[in-house]
Amino acid sequence: MKARVYVQLKPGVLDPEASVVSKTLGTMGFDTLSKLDMGKFFDIELDVDSTEKAEATLKEMCEKLLSNTVIENYKIEIQS
Amino acid sequence: MKSAVIVFPGSNCDRDAYVAIRDVLGSEPEMAWHGDSSLEKKDLIIVPGGFSYGDYLRCGSMAANSPLMKEVIKQANEGTKIIGICNGFQILTETGLLPGTLMRNKGLKFICRQIHMRVENNTTSFTRKYADKQVIQVPVAHNEGNYVVEDDVLKSLQDNDQVAFRYCDESGTVNDDTNPNGATDNIAGVLNKNKNILALMPHPERALSKLFGSDDGRGVFESLMG
Repeated sequence: MKARVYVQLKPGVLDPEASVVSKTLGTMGFDTLSKLDMGKFFDIELDVDSTEKAEATLKEMCEKLLSNTVIENYKIEIQS
Repeated sequence: MKSAVIVFPGSNCDRDAYVAIRDVLGSEPEMAWHGDSSLEKKDLIIVPGGFSYGDYLRCGSMAANSPLMKEVIKQANEGTKIIGICNGFQILTETGLLPGTLMRNKGLKFICRQIHMRVENNTTSFTRKYADKQVIQVPVAHNEGNYVVEDDVLKSLQDNDQVAFRYCDESGTVNDDTNPNGATDNIAGVLNKNKNILALMPHPERALSKLFGSDDGRGVFESLMG
């Protein structure tokens, strides 16, 4: 089973890197830019036979390692 | 005193921690490899600075889940004294032994210089050789030292005297101008609730002799002697 897991800073947590990227795009002339957030994603394949099992495993992976829930949210997308 | 320094792939302050324990506390620590699964009961464990696992994913996140850390967490919960320095601070927050997390420095630059910090709680096993509000000079060397905690956690840290050190200037002034990395409330070092765990971004183990610019870091290790 294939899945994609997105990990992104929670709204309100200052991301200096994203703000620099955003400012640079502004300097380059992209004057319609009003907001930019950054994050990362993981493409994961699991040997399981049910969506429920996949979701449970991925959730545990997110809670224990893939995200730091103090500052980050995660989103799980089962793809097939 | 029975002590250990945990060595991860990418640790680079483990030898400094070793020398600090040997020279100040007068006994040789065990250098314990992160991949081992057992560790004899210790009085003191140092989780040293460096770039464990190349800072992959998030600083400290891999190291926090390495086999020996299970034993470190167990001993920490049994009262063994733990010091996490720099990357060690990041690792300890990732284990959940300490609240909050360390984010990228506000100025996006790696900071490597001498700073001042103020002793905010001098009643602990790690700080009792210092005077209350004493200003000490120690080096920092980090890219992710911006300590972030939620408001309610910050309040509980303050209420329980868990803030050990705050960034300040030479005269002890704590404000935004004396905050090198954007850390919440200028926090440079925190304690757990039971005060047997200290974690800090600055490097006391690199400030043991005036030859290296300052010997103000000795106090942390001298405090452990009781």
